[in-house]
Amino acid sequence: MTLTALPEATRTPAAEAVVRPRRVRLPFSAWHLLLAPLAALFALPLLWLLVTSVMSDAEINRFPPALWPSDLDLGGYRYVLGNAMFPRWLLNSLIVSGVAVVSNLVFGALGGYAFARMRFGGSRVLLVLMLATMAVPFQLTMIPTFLVMKQLGLIDTLGALIVPSLVTPFAVFLLRQFFLSLPRELEEAAWMDGCSRLRVLWSVVLPLARPALATVAVLTFLTTWNDLSWPLIAINHDTQYTLQLGLTTFQGQHHTRWSAVMAGNVITVLPVLLAFLAAQKTFIRSLTTSGLKG
Amino acid sequence: MPRLPTPLTLPPDRTDPRRKRTLRRRRRTESATAWAFVSPAVLVILGLSVVPVIWSLLLSFRASDLVTPSRWVGLDNYRALAQDPHFHEAVRNTLVYTLLYVPLSIVAGLALALVLNRRIRFVGLYRTLFFVPFVVSATAQGVLFSFVLDPQFGAANSVLHRLGVSAQGFLTDPSQALYVLVAITLWSGTGLCTVVYLAALQDVPQELTEAARLDGARRRHLLRHVTLPALAPVSVFLVLWQTIQALQVFDLVYVTTKGGPLGSTTVIVYFIWEQAFKNFTAGYGAAAAYVLALALFVMAALLRIARGRARTEAAAR
Repeated sequence: MTLTALPEATRTPAAEAVVRPRRVRLPFSAWHLLLAPLAALFALPLLWLLVTSVMSDAEINRFPPALWPSDLDLGGYRYVLGNAMFPRWLLNSLIVSGVAVVSNLVFGALGGYAFARMRFGGSRVLLVLMLATMAVPFQLTMIPTFLVMKQLGLIDTLGALIVPSLVTPFAVFLLRQFFLSLPRELEEAAWMDGCSRLRVLWSVVLPLARPALATVAVLTFLTTWNDLSWPLIAINHDTQYTLQLGLTTFQGQHHTRWSAVMAGNVITVLPVLLAFLAAQKTFIRSLTTSGLKG
Repeated sequence: MPRLPTPLTLPPDRTDPRRKRTLRRRRRTESATAWAFVSPAVLVILGLSVVPVIWSLLLSFRASDLVTPSRWVGLDNYRALAQDPHFHEAVRNTLVYTLLYVPLSIVAGLALALVLNRRIRFVGLYRTLFFVPFVVSATAQGVLFSFVLDPQFGAANSVLHRLGVSAQGFLTDPSQALYVLVAITLWSGTGLCTVVYLAALQDVPQELTEAARLDGARRRHLLRHVTLPALAPVSVFLVLWQTIQALQVFDLVYVTTKGGPLGSTTVIVYFIWEQAFKNFTAGYGAAAAYVLALALFVMAALLRIARGRARTEAAAR
């Protein structure tokens, strides 16, 4: 981080006089003296993760350990991608998170639209029940959900991971709230023209609901990709592991191959990190608005 | 069918039977469409949430190993919990963790947000750096920090060594492990508080701060009498949110310490998981889960009240 000071020109007495009534004057760089080291402290662990993933095990296992690699060693990545099952786990994670995102968008939009705009018997009771389930902690449902999945014969398959995350009450409720905020007139015009409800939803409502759909997609992806508890319960066989479950098991088994563990860790973190950096505004808006308005 | 003449004084849709019928039919198909729209959501959410909640309750009155048929034991599971020293320890650890993490993350998040709300350079970059650990999974955090804090090969002890400080046990030291876990979660969780506060600070009405400034209020007074009260509803939300997260901590514990050393990091959810899926005493685990759920429910109810109050107060100002 660079410490920056205001250009000298703006510090002339004249500028001072203009600025003074608006804000208390502090040396401009003072906050950077606090923020820069703090930001570095926050960034350091992730930087260290990246650095050790390209270090050789010999360098890591030395005492005291090296803090910077003498040269680039991709042995960790080679091991993780060749000998271990990381490619398979990456695929599993992509499948589970991908299906969860798409199905939450589809079923969340359908359910949310019905609750927002359509009249049907029992809708109020259902909505209240659905809202109530948002407050139920996962620990309360995990044992029976395990038993249900066992009955369905899904334990130890990706199905056990996919079915419970097909649609969340959060997706339904968030989209319902958003649909309620849209003006009815647009839909009514299409409705008068003889469009079916599905058609109205698809071609009138959803294009307007992009921000809400993005929020649902982002939060669904983040929670399913990062989840460890449920895969830990539902999956035993290593061909069905997700990245999170695979990574922690791999760490347990390869305690001394730190470079490989860190390479696997990079593979686990990178998809979320890239998604975040690519759509940072959407991520932050999703996390702040969904909480502030709930 | 011969149609009767319609009296002009009545609205036509009440008397015209054909119109009434099409209306009714339309409503019926509408209802069917609506049910088709909601049924996937209803099926998954009720089937995997409402049913399990009741099932869990029944399970907590039984002795079950998830394989052989279970047996009714009444309140025995709850009675055993009340006397189980391991459960007491789990509750204590969870409370210590929560009471440290929640206030620290919120105060640090608020402080960072207040600083970042100033007109300084690189605010976007700082915000990104503070927030980015939040998207890293607890598993990845755990694996990373087990390495950084490894007593033998870790970078932390290497740095301490260079500074002349003796090597620390960190996650392997029963007197440190829980605090190390708090520190790790602060690293990843403070950023959320910061961005939520930053978003809320955008909504603090400009006229309010301007007016206070014109009245000669100092920065300190401005903060205390204008900004902080305006942030009260968000603070209540964050307390609730962070507390729920803290009381449910599991992934990080599983990856780093597995509840050890010497049970010093066994938290409630770890206890539940251990009982249900390691010791195969699912009924006992379900009872512990109900105790936790009850605590969460009481928390949420209390904060809902506090939030309503904070909102009306903020609105009154």
